[in-house]
Amino acid sequence: MKWINRAALAVAASGMIAAGAQAATLDNIKKEGVLKCGVSQGLPGFSNPDDKGKWTGIDVDFCRAMAAAILGDASKVKYVPLSAKVRFTALQSGEIDVLSRNTTWTFTRDTNLGINFVGVLYYDGQGFMVRKKLGVTSALKLSGAQVCTNTGTTTELNVADYFKSHNMQYKVVAFENSNEVVAAYDAGRCDVYTTDRSGLAAQRTKMKNPDEHMVLPEVISKEPLGPAVRQGDDQFANIARWTLNAMIIAEELGVTSKNADQMKSAKNPEIKRLLGTDGKYGSYIGLDNDWAYRIVKQVGNYAEVYDRNVKPIGLERGVNNLWNKGGILYAPPFR
Amino acid sequence: MAMDDVVTPRYAPGQHPALPAPASTVGVVGWLRANLFSTGPDTSLTLVPFGVAFLAAAWFGGVSIMGSIVIGILIAVGVRIVARVAFGNPVIDNTVLTIVGAIIIFLIADVLLNFTIFDAVWSASGRADCAKSPDGACWGFVTARFSQFMYGFYPDAERWRVDVTGIFAIALIVPILFGQGRIRAYAVGLFLLAFPIVGFILMYGGLGLEIVPTNKWGGMMLTLVIAMTGITASLPLGVLLALGRRSDMPAIRNLCIVFIEFWRGVPLITVLFMASVMFPLFLPEGVTFNQLLRALIGVALFSAAYMAEVVRGGLQAIPKGQYEAASAMGLSYWKSMRLIVLPQALTIVIPGIVNSFIALFKDTTLVLIIGLFDFLGTIQTGLNDNAWAAPNVPMTGYVFAALVYWAFCFGMSRYSVRLERKLNTGRQH
Repeated sequence: MKWINRAALAVAASGMIAAGAQAATLDNIKKEGVLKCGVSQGLPGFSNPDDKGKWTGIDVDFCRAMAAAILGDASKVKYVPLSAKVRFTALQSGEIDVLSRNTTWTFTRDTNLGINFVGVLYYDGQGFMVRKKLGVTSALKLSGAQVCTNTGTTTELNVADYFKSHNMQYKVVAFENSNEVVAAYDAGRCDVYTTDRSGLAAQRTKMKNPDEHMVLPEVISKEPLGPAVRQGDDQFANIARWTLNAMIIAEELGVTSKNADQMKSAKNPEIKRLLGTDGKYGSYIGLDNDWAYRIVKQVGNYAEVYDRNVKPIGLERGVNNLWNKGGILYAPPFR
Repeated sequence: MAMDDVVTPRYAPGQHPALPAPASTVGVVGWLRANLFSTGPDTSLTLVPFGVAFLAAAWFGGVSIMGSIVIGILIAVGVRIVARVAFGNPVIDNTVLTIVGAIIIFLIADVLLNFTIFDAVWSASGRADCAKSPDGACWGFVTARFSQFMYGFYPDAERWRVDVTGIFAIALIVPILFGQGRIRAYAVGLFLLAFPIVGFILMYGGLGLEIVPTNKWGGMMLTLVIAMTGITASLPLGVLLALGRRSDMPAIRNLCIVFIEFWRGVPLITVLFMASVMFPLFLPEGVTFNQLLRALIGVALFSAAYMAEVVRGGLQAIPKGQYEAASAMGLSYWKSMRLIVLPQALTIVIPGIVNSFIALFKDTTLVLIIGLFDFLGTIQTGLNDNAWAAPNVPMTGYVFAALVYWAFCFGMSRYSVRLERKLNTGRQH
């Protein structure tokens, strides 16, 4: 059976070669004139096609920002909708250049899959939704509750951990599809509906009377969602990382899509560096000096992107606010 | 009449037609007399449970008169069933099942019709309109997104190309299905040889037409592309594989057996996963292979393996004498297959072939898991739209999908019935 071992080795090796291969991603994108961006199959606020097939969402706007930085045109993105199962392979195999698909940054994903996360675009966490008339104000009072959730996701495990660590009883009612979960909760089959807080907000609008429900303050898991690129191309990883940072820094500095042109003549040295009127920072990542200006001009800073996409589904900034405004959004200095 | 017969016999002895049974022993009245009211105790066994149940429901249960009657009948029938099981009283026959069935159908139809018609919202511009009648369907959602359900994200300005392809397809398929002789032969030839090329150029682009990459394809258009590719590729491939498996040449036979058993041994979902997850890792860096093409090849090979076994069933049903007679006529292998064996074999297995086609058509929904938006996929995407986030919208979308899939599958099934009747395959041997 030696040949089986050898074949298995060959398979593993070819997988690793593909995953770890050095590729000038930037050159490919410039040559093809389009950025291939992996997105979800539809998650409101993050990446969702509308009835015209136009993609919108905060993840989508990150793709657009990268296209604006690299190709000079935010519309030069090819969106590749990916299921949760195939998303990492698509990135490893080069089918997409960047994965911007509400993906939680975890240790194993960052180290073991041949991909690198470049930052956090949205800090999510698992929360609970209950009916207001239940009179519960804290998740610690949910002992004995029937909990509706999706099967086979980390959400189910997180709930188990949370209830066990607080010595509370609960009963899980799990479904495959989130529409079924919402319908079951809405029909009163369970007291609590749990998933990521971004999901809770988006799903609440599907209920018969959205105002009858509330999200409890407890956040029981860390779900930092961020874009990822292939491992082994540091230059491209830098571009992705600093595209994200540039959006956050632009908000910090008050540079918006509307005032970007005036800001070019601002005195503030960090604004000058960001918008490319001082130094040659673009050349360090293989781009021209206007790259960050184009991001802000064509897509907007982080606040604009957030308000355009995530706010309409009912999520306030919360922890996703800037570090100096009560949140944890923090970008290294631009110098 | 009876007296007349006696006086002037109009029939030769032994030729008199059977007279109808007495009116009181046939039909509803006959059934009731025989089964529910045949004797005094029998009548009471029917009426007492009915009466008790009716009164209990109407007076104490607060049920409407009609509802009470239904409950009464159900209880009475239940008592009769128990009576039959317990005492061997042969009063229940299929008719009882019919009544129970009718009641069940009534209850289901009640729910369905209320949802799809009576409580439905017919025109809506968003979730607020839909939420007005949460217990009915919101067809406004379907009409608003209908073109996306049909074309996916295919650019508006280029959709005429899909329409033209569709018209070509129909223009060829109609003569194939209903035409005869030479016209039909030409249509088959065009459909297998010219149509794939023309259709590809029309839908994908080239020759001056703008390129529409396949990640923009979607909806019913994509479902039909996958299903039709699978169907048209699987039949000829399946026939060749079936012949190969029965071949006298060991190399070919074993090759075909390995191929068939490999593809039949894995679920389609695995094939699609392999095509979209594993396959790209084996390609050299930078070489990518169109996702849709991968799925199409996977689906075609998968269904060909199944088709091969269906056709082989037909080949085995042909008596050996037919093969020998063909050889005795001096026909070559291919001629004898084409003229003698296959026409008979394929005719026998029409139900099996159509069965495979229907299964394949429904299996196309699996491409959703590899990120292709087929008909069902576009509907599910629509359900995520915040503008349509009303409680009745998901159900509406799924009911619509079910109706459309059912219409297609039922159409195929009816065509097969028609074909069988025409070819008279159901003949008694």
